[in-house]
Amino acid sequence: MSAPKTLYDKIWDNHIVSINDDGTTILYIDRHLVHEVTSPQAFEGLRMSGRKVRRPEFTLATADHNVPTMDRDKGIADPDSKLQVETLERNASENNITYLPMSDKRQGIVHIVGPEQGFTQPGMTIVCGDSHTSTHGAFGALAWGIGTSEVEHTLATQTLIQTKAKNMCIKITGEVVDGVTAKDIILAIIKKIGTAGGTGYVIEYTGDVIKNLSMEGRMTVCNMSIEAGARAGLISPDEKTWEYLKGRPLAPSGEEFETAIKYWQSLATDEGAQYDEIVEIKADEIIPQVTWGTSPEDVVSIDGYVPDPKNASSDEKKRSIERALDYMGLEPNTPINEIEVSKVFIGSCTNGRIEDLRAVSKIAKGRKVEKNVHAMIVPGSGLVKEQAEKEGLDKIFIEAGFDWRDPGCSMCLAMNADKLKPQERCASTSNRNFEGRQGRGGRTHLMSPQMAAAAAIKGKLTDFRDL
Amino acid sequence: MEKFNKLTGNAIPIRITNVDTDMIIPKQFLKTIKRTGLGEYLFFELKFDQDGNKIDSFVLNQDQYNGASILIAGKNFGCGSSREHAPWSIADYGIKCIIAPSYADIFYNNCFKNGILPIILDEETVAKLQDTAENTLNFNIDLEKQNITYLENNEQKEITFEIDPVKKKCLIEGLDDIGLTLNKSSSISDFENNQAKETPWLYGSEII
Repeated sequence: MSAPKTLYDKIWDNHIVSINDDGTTILYIDRHLVHEVTSPQAFEGLRMSGRKVRRPEFTLATADHNVPTMDRDKGIADPDSKLQVETLERNASENNITYLPMSDKRQGIVHIVGPEQGFTQPGMTIVCGDSHTSTHGAFGALAWGIGTSEVEHTLATQTLIQTKAKNMCIKITGEVVDGVTAKDIILAIIKKIGTAGGTGYVIEYTGDVIKNLSMEGRMTVCNMSIEAGARAGLISPDEKTWEYLKGRPLAPSGEEFETAIKYWQSLATDEGAQYDEIVEIKADEIIPQVTWGTSPEDVVSIDGYVPDPKNASSDEKKRSIERALDYMGLEPNTPINEIEVSKVFIGSCTNGRIEDLRAVSKIAKGRKVEKNVHAMIVPGSGLVKEQAEKEGLDKIFIEAGFDWRDPGCSMCLAMNADKLKPQERCASTSNRNFEGRQGRGGRTHLMSPQMAAAAAIKGKLTDFRDL
Repeated sequence: MEKFNKLTGNAIPIRITNVDTDMIIPKQFLKTIKRTGLGEYLFFELKFDQDGNKIDSFVLNQDQYNGASILIAGKNFGCGSSREHAPWSIADYGIKCIIAPSYADIFYNNCFKNGILPIILDEETVAKLQDTAENTLNFNIDLEKQNITYLENNEQKEITFEIDPVKKKCLIEGLDDIGLTLNKSSSISDFENNQAKETPWLYGSEII
């Protein structure tokens, strides 16, 4: 009998095409998602070398980073953004790749579209020129972000040359406190292991807390694996996964679906399999989390305080806290729940799914956005938008004073017109609080959708459970 | 791919940890459909203030580092977004080697695709080299020998570094890895034929 394997080991082994003389592996890539920002140079590379796309039918393209989230009928105003989107459309068409244009209701953020269409399935290898490809790990798919050179390699060969990462297990034990979401769990994980803690690893998230999460919640957790330094995050697929996939346009159906489930069930980590690193986190200790600084590891509980550089563990850490406080315009030891915001962004591949919007609607219902706050809600895809409107969530949002938009990446990275002005402070459900991420000089605090909604109502960071 | 073998040049110390790729190349420069010409936007928001004035205190604006070909950076360099525009802008600026205690995974990998050598040294050595870079004109990097040599107070110094032999070979030979993989086309076809039998649903009808 072969040695017990982890979920990662199994998916890896199932995709080895060959092992090169130098010990690297040619790994087969089952599915490839493509967006407008990281693909034009890859297609150009193919053209220059006279190479073709090997498996256009395994590739799905949509524009998400540059698309406007309002007045879509007027097209894209920025000429560079427009050219980039048109270039993707042309490249997709020339290479027989399915492309979901802005006018298609299935258009949205690639990492929301993939699962929605059933393009993402357990046991697959999935890549995209986007670091948040780790999202798809929620289905038990090995999914990771790549650069444009590797986008070209994937298009040309449907493979990548890879070296295997190490296995890390993050086990969340105990029970979650009421009101604690998947976002709080992943922020607490990043706080614990740091933004480089997962470098060189694929993380498998385990424990009842993870099992009890919905598929949407699992996607939120896996999405931010990259913020913990890991290229990929994984969650063992189970009944919830099959339930989510059933009936999706690209998922197997009928008898084939049953056969697929048997295969998917065989992927779970074997008893006795070895991880290179195991991290345990107690769920009971997690309350709603927010970031105070300019790195996703700058995490603090909502009842906490802005850190004081005087208490830093090293000179380097001290410098980095000082730099972050200066950028964020914060004083040491300020209570977190006294920090005022003027912007709120709800959306992104981290928290732009229907479950997130339902959670926001519960907070928004019967309340009003604070008068000095502009609060945007950007659904992750046209289908999320349609579903929200079917449930009447849009009316609740608009009634409460939220700005209800069209789908896209929007102010998560501010490549389109949605951006913070210098020194504007934002409560955001996105994934990165880097300097300038949401607009030059903009100040980002990451948190769950419930917490962002509460910040919109109160005009400051607040524990939504106290509303 | 671009080759890398030997390099002699001065080095820019960037004393910031967790430098992310948004910092290396801000999003407004990602709207290009070309790989070239991004060098002038490297560290743009650290180089220029919001009114477009040069920030004199930032190292890239200091004359002594003009023409530098090496960056000496803090740990976890290149974290965040997978954008290959980051190494494109670094290479286009003229930097062919980075020295840091650690790198984010995707960025590290992207460097090798663009003829950039990312050297890993311990934190203490990197901090010392950052100090040295302020006064030393030239560092010699030799990938074949895996060493960095320089003259300090008339004394010849040498620091050796480790690197994965495969990655070393790729840089020295500047291999076209797509071409090499395409030579294995028959193995890829064999894999696909086998996979179509084992997990046929992956080879279902046309997409959407």
